[in-house]
Amino acid sequence: MSNPSDRNQLPSRPPEPRISDPAPGGLHFGIGTFAFQYDDATGTPVPGAQVLRDVVDEAVAAERAGLDSFGIAEHYRRGMMDSAGPVVLAAIASRTETLRLGTAVTVLSTQDPVRVFNEFATLDAVSSGRAQMIVGRGSAIESFPLFGYDLAQYEELFDEKVDLLMRLLRDQPVTWSGRFRTALTEQVLEPQVSAGAIPVWVGVGGSPQSVVRAARFGLPLMFGIIGGSLSRFAALSRLYREASAEFGQVEQPIGMHVHGYIADTEEEAVERFWPVWSAVMNAEAPKRGWAPYRRERFDAEVAAGSLLVGSAETVAQRIAAGMQLVGASRFDFVAAASRMPHHDKKESIERFGTDVAPRVRALMMQPAEAATR
Amino acid sequence: MTVPINRVAILGAGRVGTSIARTLVDAGYEVTLAGSGRPANVEMIAAFTAPGASARWAHEATADADLVILALPLHRLSSVNPVVLAGKLVIDAMNYWPPVDGTIAAFEDAPAGSSVVVRELLGISHLVKTFNHTGYHDLEPDRRPAGHPERLGMAVAGDVAQDVALVAELINRIGYEPVALDRLEHGQQLQPGTPLFGARPTADDIRRSVTSSVVHSA
Amino acid sequence: MELGIGAFGDASRDPRTGTRISEAQAVRNVVESIVVAEQAGLDWFGLGEHHVPDFPVSAAAPVLAAAAQVTNRIKLSSAVTVLSTDDPVRIYEQYSTVDAISNGRVEMIPGRGSSIESYPLFGYDLQDYDRLFADKLDLLLEVNRSAHVTWEGTTRPTLTGQYVPPRAEHGQIPIWLGVGGNPNSVIRAASLGLPMATGVLGGSATRSSTNAQLYRHAAQQFGNTPEQTLIMLGSPGFLMQDGRQAREAWWPHWRQFMKTVGEQRGFLPPDRASYERDTAAGGGLLIGSPEEIAERILLMHEHWGHVRQYIHIDMGAVPQKDLLHAIELFGTEVRPLVQRELGNTSVDQLIGRASMPAVSVSGAAS
Repeated sequence: MSNPSDRNQLPSRPPEPRISDPAPGGLHFGIGTFAFQYDDATGTPVPGAQVLRDVVDEAVAAERAGLDSFGIAEHYRRGMMDSAGPVVLAAIASRTETLRLGTAVTVLSTQDPVRVFNEFATLDAVSSGRAQMIVGRGSAIESFPLFGYDLAQYEELFDEKVDLLMRLLRDQPVTWSGRFRTALTEQVLEPQVSAGAIPVWVGVGGSPQSVVRAARFGLPLMFGIIGGSLSRFAALSRLYREASAEFGQVEQPIGMHVHGYIADTEEEAVERFWPVWSAVMNAEAPKRGWAPYRRERFDAEVAAGSLLVGSAETVAQRIAAGMQLVGASRFDFVAAASRMPHHDKKESIERFGTDVAPRVRALMMQPAEAATR
Repeated sequence: MTVPINRVAILGAGRVGTSIARTLVDAGYEVTLAGSGRPANVEMIAAFTAPGASARWAHEATADADLVILALPLHRLSSVNPVVLAGKLVIDAMNYWPPVDGTIAAFEDAPAGSSVVVRELLGISHLVKTFNHTGYHDLEPDRRPAGHPERLGMAVAGDVAQDVALVAELINRIGYEPVALDRLEHGQQLQPGTPLFGARPTADDIRRSVTSSVVHSA
Repeated sequence: MELGIGAFGDASRDPRTGTRISEAQAVRNVVESIVVAEQAGLDWFGLGEHHVPDFPVSAAAPVLAAAAQVTNRIKLSSAVTVLSTDDPVRIYEQYSTVDAISNGRVEMIPGRGSSIESYPLFGYDLQDYDRLFADKLDLLLEVNRSAHVTWEGTTRPTLTGQYVPPRAEHGQIPIWLGVGGNPNSVIRAASLGLPMATGVLGGSATRSSTNAQLYRHAAQQFGNTPEQTLIMLGSPGFLMQDGRQAREAWWPHWRQFMKTVGEQRGFLPPDRASYERDTAAGGGLLIGSPEEIAERILLMHEHWGHVRQYIHIDMGAVPQKDLLHAIELFGTEVRPLVQRELGNTSVDQLIGRASMPAVSVSGAAS
């Protein structure tokens, strides 16, 4: 069958605009969100559609606050509206100009990399070169039965799909075969994107194997942090560097994706955030076999900077210290744990962008001073 | 096979089948349509898209037909029971058209054309290929009476001279100048990808194009 | 009567200059066309799905979402969603997300589509088309109906009461069944109680309207309500103030488009004579002046009784500025002429769906 797919035979096309990633060594501050349904003032859940419109509004606020990126998660369950992230991001693209638009994370194991390419390349087109993504397992598992995959094959699925996705993003036309989808022969996909233009990060929750996998792929690494000790991530960070060198991969940036809430004072922030966060953790605890979440642990995590709760000044200091400890150049903030009402989320995003990120930048310029605080 | 054609059964009540049905009804033939669904649905289809044609199950439609026209998607060919075609004069109006309908293994390697494969698969002894190079949407508007200066041609290919003559007469009656080709495999000169496919040729266009091809392929 | 625009997102070679716009630019052109269509007062915009460099919109929902943020009235639809090679759960999630972003302005047209490149790309066999389409349509309708989906079929894993979010805010998303013209598909639309989206793609503007009669009769047989028994029609279209100029300007692009399709599929492109026939009064190509096209739509309405007419505009690399001008004429001149005769009842009114108020998101750019 004749297929007009050989792009090499087509007349050349003009170059595409692109908002590129920060130069090596540059810092990146972004927002992560989950599109949780929240209750309005009367205690009634707001419509899911409203949550999505709020997300768009929060992204616009993020750009206005000077932030670099906005990432949306991916879930398929009641109360979460983020089942079609690239669609939401394309809407955001129409109302922003410089904000990079990504995911946190794309649950690649239960997606078809060809469709993922289609959606992100389309997003990249409508946003004039602002698409990016973080691929990973995600913490939820409902997509496996929903799309007919076996969670037991998680590793094989992820490896194969990252491999195909990176081939599609880097060297079309692609000839490829694997276990989990039909083979491709000299395939090009539309819309065309310059090779390697869409940045892909690997999101990991703390598994050393996942860290080594990211190093093997030569992809930048994003730590999804939900409390705990940052020194654990510092160790994983060293593992990533060593493994990258071992695999002969060029050094890639490391990022942190951390929950929190910013208020005028530390006391106010803690007072407002504790009930929200403890409810989230204690709802998850029985499902995942965690111990009940207690205040002592919360206080420790806040102090350690694996939960960002406080005033702009204290949060900035903890972020700077945390980034230096982990060796991160990118920091994505999940404002108000993505659980509080729109107004709170938006305000927290604005504070992060206007009050916190500039402080962190300044502190990171003075590493010695920041480290001693 | 010397009986003139009067009753025609068309297998396939899609766009092609209903277009052919309309031209045959107009030309005075007694037409019965059989589709993949229940006759009740085919009856509705016939009533609105080919008024004057009736609807039956395939085995009933073919039982007393003088001619059976295959106008179904080629990949549904296996749904046709060869028994109902036994001894019948049959027209193959179908095309093997991979860019539109996808590939079918049995037709991928068909040096003698798709109709020869159809003949083998269904064991049809009186098979004639025609209608296939004309778009279903052109079939009605392009009809012209004999002698009209703008009359278009329609190739009729088959191995049995008498079969070809009977079908050629039907083509003439519906409004096209028949061009008889004496071998079923010459029908491949009219398949998708050939210069005559969808080209609305005159009889002379067909003769010019096909004769030379036939000479070379013989 | 509603009027709208259909598009593919065209990045094909301009037959006059030999150049191409970038595929990304073609995607952005669609967003711009949607904005202009709304400004011109048009009611609906439908976007296709392809996987070839000439038509690079491989994911329509993100494009519609981008457009949703810079419009607030026009309906946004797929035209068509290539259902057989996709997952209905993902389709629903994407379109209900656009529905949220657009304040309830989304529709869908699941159909076969005219090209087949998605079958090998996603590992499906075209010979399996009937089973794929029937099975997936059944699931799509079920996901649209029920938040918790329990479903068993042959083309995807079973669903056992899973919740598929986000749920469309204003009830079911309107789904029109895309029908290419096969009478069996017409009956399928009626048997499912679905409105029908079909096309007149050249030839006569009225000849295939027997399918409209068939559809209404079948709908009656199946006991469908008038709200379920609606037809929308799409045709290639292009307008300039001067009809003769429009036909002259469109011809090289139409020829180029048909030539490319013909080369891929093994048929000759139409000659100028058939183009003249198809663009003349009574022809199925809506190319001409606003008055000519309005007249044609009225003629078609007599035969089809349809409630929405759209013109498909972007084939063969017509320059974007000319397309935008055609969209403007279609909205500002053709629409009033047609509605003067046929009234301005909206499809929402016909299907008993409250028109969505144009809610502006807080802080939305105007």
